[in-house]
Amino acid sequence: MQWPHKDLLDVSQLTTEEALFLLRTAERFAEINTRPVKKAPILKGKSVVLFFAEPSTRTKVSFDVAVKRLSADSFSISASTSSLQKGESLKDTALTLEAMRPDAIVIRHRASGAAQYLAERLRCAVINAGDGQHAHPTQALLDTFTLSQAWQGAFAGKVVCILGDIAHSRVARSGVDLLSRLGVRVRLCGPRTLLPPGVASWPAQVYTDPGAAVAGADAIMCLRLQLERQQAGLLPNLAEYARRFGLSRALLAKAAPGAVVLHPGPMNRGVEIADSVADGPASRVLGQVTAGVAVRMAVLHLLLTRKA
Amino acid sequence: MLTWIIRHARLGDAIIDLAVQADRIAAIAPAESLQAEDARVLEAHGARLLPSLIDAHVHLREPGFEYKEDIASGLAAALAGGFGQVMAMANTNPVNDSATVTTFMLERARVSHPHGPWLRPIGALTKGLAGQELAPAGELAEAGCVALSNDGKPVASTEILRRAMEYAADLGLMVIDHCEDPALGAGGGMNEGALSGRLGIKGIPDVSEAIQVARDVLLASYLDIPIHLAHISCRASVEIIAQAKAKGVPVTAETCPHYLVWDETMVEGYRTAAKVNPPLRTADDVLALREAVRTGVIDILATDHAPHAAHEKDVPFDEAPFGISGLDTALALTTLLVREHALSWSDAVRLWAEAPARIFRLPEARIEEGAPANFLLLAEDASWTVSRQTMLSKSTNTPALGMELPGRVVAHFLGGQLLFHRTPWPAS
Repeated sequence: MQWPHKDLLDVSQLTTEEALFLLRTAERFAEINTRPVKKAPILKGKSVVLFFAEPSTRTKVSFDVAVKRLSADSFSISASTSSLQKGESLKDTALTLEAMRPDAIVIRHRASGAAQYLAERLRCAVINAGDGQHAHPTQALLDTFTLSQAWQGAFAGKVVCILGDIAHSRVARSGVDLLSRLGVRVRLCGPRTLLPPGVASWPAQVYTDPGAAVAGADAIMCLRLQLERQQAGLLPNLAEYARRFGLSRALLAKAAPGAVVLHPGPMNRGVEIADSVADGPASRVLGQVTAGVAVRMAVLHLLLTRKA
Repeated sequence: MLTWIIRHARLGDAIIDLAVQADRIAAIAPAESLQAEDARVLEAHGARLLPSLIDAHVHLREPGFEYKEDIASGLAAALAGGFGQVMAMANTNPVNDSATVTTFMLERARVSHPHGPWLRPIGALTKGLAGQELAPAGELAEAGCVALSNDGKPVASTEILRRAMEYAADLGLMVIDHCEDPALGAGGGMNEGALSGRLGIKGIPDVSEAIQVARDVLLASYLDIPIHLAHISCRASVEIIAQAKAKGVPVTAETCPHYLVWDETMVEGYRTAAKVNPPLRTADDVLALREAVRTGVIDILATDHAPHAAHEKDVPFDEAPFGISGLDTALALTTLLVREHALSWSDAVRLWAEAPARIFRLPEARIEEGAPANFLLLAEDASWTVSRQTMLSKSTNTPALGMELPGRVVAHFLGGQLLFHRTPWPAS
């Protein structure tokens, strides 16, 4: 396949065929990641800037590992060390970075649309590693990859329940789009205060009762609850949230036999997910991390070897 | 002795000649029936003759934010846009809450535009716009303020708003309220709805406006003191205002051309030029507002001209300030609305000239013999592209930037003087 996209801003820009092609490409890289020598000379001489203007550990490390396994060079800029801290605009930071001639910039930013903002202004590839509450395409792809492994690629008719703070979740937005297009029946569940406006128009069923939402599900995707939601008056307290919406063993028992549990991390154990579930047999949380490296290698490979 | 003859101007459906003598309209007569003698002749080529307009809601940014706009550039944009009087909001730095600031602003206007357009300052309703203590309304009125408003910072305390309305009423000053519940929708950037949900931008629900509209009309009714509601953006507010007016509550309201022409989809792609407060709403709200301006439920149009420098808008959506630069394009967007049969030209004159003059007790420009010669000529069929080069405001933050629009002001007379004349004549 001739890869047509300069940037990866959201899964919504990919046709289903392109998304599946990307996931098949990731399978090849997943295999490389099991070898004793986990390095391929595919992107030798390419350079990738990791521009994380919002705190992140796992996504940043995952991209960094992916870059290095493809033999490219990575350069990191984080919020605390960048000149954004000194009041430089995103535009100037981006233009400065591009003047150093990287082949790609991976961006994480607190503002929705920040990745598109860069993509419209830069010639190099822009990869969205999470923009505000908008999109997180590599997370959606790695979640799909993980589910594909669990289900041997059979998505049609499977039920995925995304549980928690849907309103503020870029993971949910990107996930619903991709999974629903693959034939998955997506359910969204959270208290009404944490459901986004207009959610009824999304390609998903909406629940406020976790018992009903989890019943018969083949996978449950827990979302991280940001602690500031309590201060914003969106929920009474974390204990009550955990009691009502936390994925306990009892709640998980309502799911289909063999159901798997995903979490984009970092987990608030005892809040949105119980210890016993996080460490239990249904958990695919560490599998997601492994998948993340392969998926990001595939993204880098497709964007940086494409013929413009 | 006549000073000007305007030939072949369109007044209503007729083509007429208009004669100016000194600062007055001396005669309106059938085309080519007036003898020029020594008068200068302006050939109007059938351009529409309109009374000079009033913009009851602008931000001219001086003092304090002259990099966005200043009084000279704002008045220049007003003149070229067809406005003979502009009412400037008080959210300058320092805030216009003292005679010192009002006098300074009027002096700046007099120096840059001694023959008009005329600046009509609006004083702060509360000291520093902080919403805590009343601003010295008597001092502001004496210095030349024509109304009071807390625009930009909604008045959270209904008690303060009540006392301000009572105090202003004694002075004959209208209170203009920016209706926005300060907590509901705080931190939002666009209309709340399916689109904000998809874009991941915090929403500002229409009820955050309508709740304060309801409060204000209840208060106006209870006190029997008039109130004017700024920049109404949604159907929910329109319905409350219609109900209040039917009961005889002394309430008047405005909306802006951008709420009549565009809806929330202009924000797609995180376009900061379309980020404005209140936000662009849904297509249904646009329909309700068009109906309301036609029927008079909404009394006036105003631009809410809110210039911001290019670098301030060239940021991710969340970080951009609210506001649309409106003086340059207001009459073009009005022409668009007339073309779409949303308004007639007599509606436009009522909304931009007659009603604002009545509400704020300002001199009204009229096209009639003996009236002051304050009028403009609009080439309705002229088509122009909105750009840095074609705008006179210092700031080009409008969704119209790059668009081709109909309707271009070609001449503007104030006090009998041709203060603005666009040459060459724009092409159709």
